[in-house]
Amino acid sequence: MESFFVRFKNVFALVAILLAQTIALAIQVRRPIESGAPDSHNVTLMRYWVVATVTPLERFFHGIGSHVRGGWSNYIDLRHTRQQNDDLKLQIARLRLEQAALAEDAMQGHRLQALLDFKQHYVTSTVAAQVIGTSGSDLSHVIYIDKGARDGLKPDMAVITPDGIVGKIRDVFPNNTAQVLLISDQTSGAGVLLATTRIRAILHGSSTGRVQISNLTPDDRIKPGEAVLTSGGDQIYPRGLPVGTIESIAPDPDHQPYTLITLRPAAKLNQLEEVLVITGTEPVLPPQAQKDLAAGAATAQAQAAAKAEADEAAAEAAARSAAQIVADRLPSMHDPEHPDTNADAPLKPGETPAPKPVVGVVPHPLPTLHPDRYTQGSTPPAADLTPGGRNSTVVPPATTAPREPETPKNQQDQPQPNN
Amino acid sequence: MAIHSYTSRRELEQHSFPPAVTILVPLVAILFQALLPRPFPRLSILELPLIVTVFFAVSRRSPIAGTVTGAVIGLLQDALTGQPIGVNGMAKSVIGYIAASIGIQIDVENLTTRLLINFGFCLLNSVLLFLINRRLLGLPDFHILWMHELIRAAINAVVALPIFMLLDYTKRRE
Repeated sequence: MESFFVRFKNVFALVAILLAQTIALAIQVRRPIESGAPDSHNVTLMRYWVVATVTPLERFFHGIGSHVRGGWSNYIDLRHTRQQNDDLKLQIARLRLEQAALAEDAMQGHRLQALLDFKQHYVTSTVAAQVIGTSGSDLSHVIYIDKGARDGLKPDMAVITPDGIVGKIRDVFPNNTAQVLLISDQTSGAGVLLATTRIRAILHGSSTGRVQISNLTPDDRIKPGEAVLTSGGDQIYPRGLPVGTIESIAPDPDHQPYTLITLRPAAKLNQLEEVLVITGTEPVLPPQAQKDLAAGAATAQAQAAAKAEADEAAAEAAARSAAQIVADRLPSMHDPEHPDTNADAPLKPGETPAPKPVVGVVPHPLPTLHPDRYTQGSTPPAADLTPGGRNSTVVPPATTAPREPETPKNQQDQPQPNN
Repeated sequence: MAIHSYTSRRELEQHSFPPAVTILVPLVAILFQALLPRPFPRLSILELPLIVTVFFAVSRRSPIAGTVTGAVIGLLQDALTGQPIGVNGMAKSVIGYIAASIGIQIDVENLTTRLLINFGFCLLNSVLLFLINRRLLGLPDFHILWMHELIRAAINAVVALPIFMLLDYTKRRE
């Protein structure tokens, strides 16, 4: 019996080691889910030992690399810096205008949300961290950052970049290190919203490192290139953060009739240098954001006032110009009672012509020199006419212009028209 | 003058390493494995811990030592990932055992042999990880891209040659 064990001691050693690890795996997989702790105490302890051994070396090499890169980029590679600075200033000016254009809508949106008692969460505090290492395995997409429990980080906090979401804190270690689970890992997930179609979905990673949505049925409205945002439904990522764009849509071979939508992440998950950990959200806008919004609204109001003033001036100039054209083309529009004595006066250098009165100028017909039966006012009133009779009465025309008084005798001496 | 007598090939070519090398080399391999993909993402295709496991296993030619070495390196690798601890540990335990067993039978000093065993063990590592994730952990969405794995095995086999030659200098001379 003893020789049997001695003969197969190698195999027994292998089986014993495999069995122990299998049992450990089973315990880890079947353990009850504890709040805020991704692993059991023993596993966390083992991870902590390894991380505490490896991360100081990672920090050392990362520090060397940072100093070399910083020295190169800050002191040597400064070509085109001035041009870049000018471009950035122009970009800031353009963004200020865009901010002003959007500020009114944003403030109106906030008012409506307040009226509807709509619960929104805004990012109020973040912690910037540098990426110091990876898991070293392409089957597990996690990174390590140089901030930990001392900086207020906790598991399940969202990690983002200005481009989009990165993942969430999986584990926090006391030695200023935290493990971040990327959205490309097959065990990660996030609630998302398709920006155009407003369809909600669940995003997850895959063993190949792709970010996918697999819980939607085929829909013609979903097109490649559509932006995907966080929906806020997972209580980890605040609503409205960019996730990525749809890269391809194909039938899911494993889960019919669902489709497999592959996303291109907005954040460059393979080339992360610095990330932001969201440590606090509030239902109201943070003070700085409120100030920015108010500044944008003030800029928008100033722009609107300036535009209204310019429009008014342009309208006035156009009306003045039109009146001038009409006055030039219609000499009768000149009011003889208020002749413009200075109209023909030559202007001195630098002098602008005085505006002419436009309102109240009503053209009056000139007095008739030789009235006849067609002259206005020569026809007798309808009450004086006899039906079927001939009208031979000539009524002197009423003139609007002042005329010299005439005697009836002179009136009778006027030649009678032949009717 | 001492007279050495050898009774088997195993006894003839069994090597040992200083304790510092035994501890530091796997740590450095894991450290580089964790560091390199950050500035150079394409280098995540390398499997430095696997190469080190195979080297120690075939050099010591002891299946038990190979199994333990593989288990320790794999468990250390698992501790840095988000996966349950034991996935890489189990895979590298099996590889350490088989590599040590093969090392007894064949000449592992030859370059071609080294190239082939590294290519083969890299593929075996992928198969074992696939089986553990798919069968033991019950991840139905875990897929394996065979073309990618073949490329990975070829690259690691080539990279293993200079590493083996470098580590040959750490062998204890008796």
